Amino acid sequence: MRYVLLAGAALIAAPAAAQDHSGHAGHQMPAQEEPEDHSAHEQMDHGAMDHSQMDHSEMDHSQMDHGEIDHSSMDHSQMDHSGMDHSAHQMDIPEGPPPPRAFEGPRHAAEMYFDPQRLAEARAYSRIAHGGLTTGMVFVERLEARLAEGHDAYLWDASAWYGTSLDKIVFKTEGEGELADGGEVEDAEMQLLWGHAIGPFIDLQAGMRVDVEPDTTAHFAVGAAGLAPYMIHFDAAAFLSDEGDLTARIEAEHDMRLTQRLILQPRVEAELSAQDIPERGIGSGLSKIEAGARLRYEIVPEFAPYIGVEYEAATGQTADYMRAEGSDPDGVSLLLGLRFWF
Amino acid sequence: MTQPLSLSRRGFLGTGALAAAGLAVPAWARGQSLTHARNGFGEVSGNTIDLSIGNHHFTTGGRSGHAIAVNGTVPGPLIRLREGQDVTLNVTNNLEEDSSIHWHGLLLPFQFDGVPGVSFPGIRPGETFQYRFPIRQTGTYWWHSHSGLQEQAGHYGPIVIESAEPDPRYDRDYVVLLSEFTPRHPHEIARMLAVGEHYFNRQMMTVGSGEMSLEDRLMWGAMRMNPRDISDVTGATYTFLVNGHGPADDLEFLFNPGERVRLRVINGSAMTFFNVRIPGVPMQVIAADGQEVDPVEVDEFQIGVAETYDVIVQPGAGSHAFVAEAMDRSGMAVASLTSQAGQRAAPPPLREPVTLDMVDMGMGGMAHGSMDHGGMDHGSMGTGEGGMDHSMRDTSLLPPDVKVGPGIDMVASMPMDRMDFPGLGLDKVPHRVLRYTDLKARNANPHRMPTRSMEIHLTGNMERYMWSFDGKQFSAVTDDPIRFAYDERVRVKLVNDTMMAHPIHLHGHFFELVNGTGMMNQPLKHTLVVQPGSTATFDLTANEPGDWAFHCHLLYHMHAGMMQTVTVRPFPEEGEA
Repeated sequence: MRYVLLAGAALIAAPAAAQDHSGHAGHQMPAQEEPEDHSAHEQMDHGAMDHSQMDHSEMDHSQMDHGEIDHSSMDHSQMDHSGMDHSAHQMDIPEGPPPPRAFEGPRHAAEMYFDPQRLAEARAYSRIAHGGLTTGMVFVERLEARLAEGHDAYLWDASAWYGTSLDKIVFKTEGEGELADGGEVEDAEMQLLWGHAIGPFIDLQAGMRVDVEPDTTAHFAVGAAGLAPYMIHFDAAAFLSDEGDLTARIEAEHDMRLTQRLILQPRVEAELSAQDIPERGIGSGLSKIEAGARLRYEIVPEFAPYIGVEYEAATGQTADYMRAEGSDPDGVSLLLGLRFWF
Repeated sequence: MTQPLSLSRRGFLGTGALAAAGLAVPAWARGQSLTHARNGFGEVSGNTIDLSIGNHHFTTGGRSGHAIAVNGTVPGPLIRLREGQDVTLNVTNNLEEDSSIHWHGLLLPFQFDGVPGVSFPGIRPGETFQYRFPIRQTGTYWWHSHSGLQEQAGHYGPIVIESAEPDPRYDRDYVVLLSEFTPRHPHEIARMLAVGEHYFNRQMMTVGSGEMSLEDRLMWGAMRMNPRDISDVTGATYTFLVNGHGPADDLEFLFNPGERVRLRVINGSAMTFFNVRIPGVPMQVIAADGQEVDPVEVDEFQIGVAETYDVIVQPGAGSHAFVAEAMDRSGMAVASLTSQAGQRAAPPPLREPVTLDMVDMGMGGMAHGSMDHGGMDHGSMGTGEGGMDHSMRDTSLLPPDVKVGPGIDMVASMPMDRMDFPGLGLDKVPHRVLRYTDLKARNANPHRMPTRSMEIHLTGNMERYMWSFDGKQFSAVTDDPIRFAYDERVRVKLVNDTMMAHPIHLHGHFFELVNGTGMMNQPLKHTLVVQPGSTATFDLTANEPGDWAFHCHLLYHMHAGMMQTVTVRPFPEEGEA
């Protein structure tokens, strides 16, 4: 490695005029004009040594001791310059805007032959048909039975969006209830958000959250969702309730493909609160954590049943509130569910 | 039941036998409705040609669904023209939506180029549009709809333009039009690409697949990229076709032993690059994109979407498999090249799926085999914290005219010219594969140095399914074209800041590949594949005035915004052109 870099540096330093380019077809430029700018070598093929696109601008040559390089020992006979393509040299072709005459004539040439109104309509349609796609989907990520000692529950977690690549209207709903006692809903919330791309992989989402059960509470919601490095899907949001309480929730999951259809998905979720909210049974700090894994089988990509296991725990003051109510603050559930989208 | 699969230019072909062989079990013969499109195509020629676009059904193998057929067939008819003639094409649209026909690779006045919104308003339902232009060239070309996603549904066909001079190099002449059929509606495919993650990919890397090191897996993961992202739409929904026939149709190309057979291979597919080979039969490439090149003998070539290659083969007696394997190896189109009617050659099995590497990430300069990656200090690459992750989208490397935004998920940090790359998955096969560097124009081009150079970046975001030039989708730049002055000669460097190979097509012109052959013999092409994370350069003499489309010929990439208008101005004075 080090030798290759040194050789590369030496090659740049060597006077270009010493190379005999006279025999190369298509060489459009006197050799002595060859600048030492490495970018000029873009298309050179040095045979086995292809340094053509290395960006040496980042290299710190100040630390290099050129005195140590013994040029006499370098064997240039191994360098194959026969593959050099001098026709590709761009150094004497200036970059720049088009000449003024390129701006002459009609703005839309077709207007010389066709009805401008119809052309304008065709252009408007063309904009939609080439990058203006508006679409959407409904995604039921978790629809599951949660079997645990003493209390079997059900849960849903679904979302839908409609919009463009950059701007979307997003609807989310999540909730759960006991399977026994007639299946009454214990917790349910809905969010209506506007999602806007703030990076290649991340959307900013902002809007309203309304809790329907156990009590009606409204929140402002703001968060970010998308794909983090290492292919981790995340959704993180903060909520400010109409009572002025600030809470937050972070979800993250990762798909591990065991086969083309069998996918193991570890998932974690944490809830936080800035204050004690006794009426909602929430204590300040980390209030709840869930960690689990779901193994799904994609019969088709749109439809996958799964099994899983999840550990759920209330922590701190939240756990105390639960104990006071006579509930268990933590437990493990066996999950049976469906994931589907359309 | 005329099914001239073989062009009868030499007049000794057993057309009837070929038709029978090619249509061994035609779908339409199974008692389906009259609107069922015929698989394969007829031929139209002369100075006045009528074409009619209509809705049909189509079946091949086990798949059937809606199709758009022209003159009742998928593909539509072979249009055979002669150099020097004037042709009038009356195109009637019997669909319930606007349609169009673009003549791919033909030199013609821009108003007959057939791109709605760029060259003309399009053809309304029930309307007949008259195209009229002189034929100024010879060779193998094709035509297709340029409206919405109609091309995917079957709205395409071949063009052959005969020279006035006889060509003694071959005895028999076949069109081999490669394409796909899907029972899904094209708009549904576009939606799946936008909402589903790698929806059509059934060759994703699994936890257990052993060929990639943990270090490399982490690097791909850190970049949020998929090393098996070879084709967006695959054999999961496509049946690959030769002349409208799926593998189950047992299509045959007949020859007599000893004959030299010209195959005019056209990639008329929407999304599929094909690896073309006839195991045991070498192919002599004589033309690329309709333009003659010095003959090159190869055993296999990759053909990008919208490219054409003409090859001459001289197979021995017997039956040989003609194989067009999808680049991602999710399926193949097959036919038999046989001297014995009814004798079917067994195609070779699909090869292993292709995995992208460092060069495809745009790190060409680092990918040298003898370089010791372990010894490289990535922290010193000026990437700041985060190392590799950040260096894969260092937007400071982009020129100022590139719009940086969510539509760009990667920047090739060290893109390399890969004109000598045979195509994804073909760089390690043990036989001769065609490379762009093998192409040398048979007829010398006028010698002229470009007076201006420019760079166009191919940009995209796989997750959001956004594709663009210079970070700007066509929807944003319909009134901000790429401008050339009339007769200006420009060197255009395409820089692919994505991990997919893009076949870039310029309408109405042939450009010259800067492939190292020397200025006079740079091969002429209308479509240029830019390899992932790489650059490709062409010289263009902009001598066709008007407005022209310039786009990625992957249909859903164009649909997602990878298109621009090229204007050539001013219009020359009368007599100047």
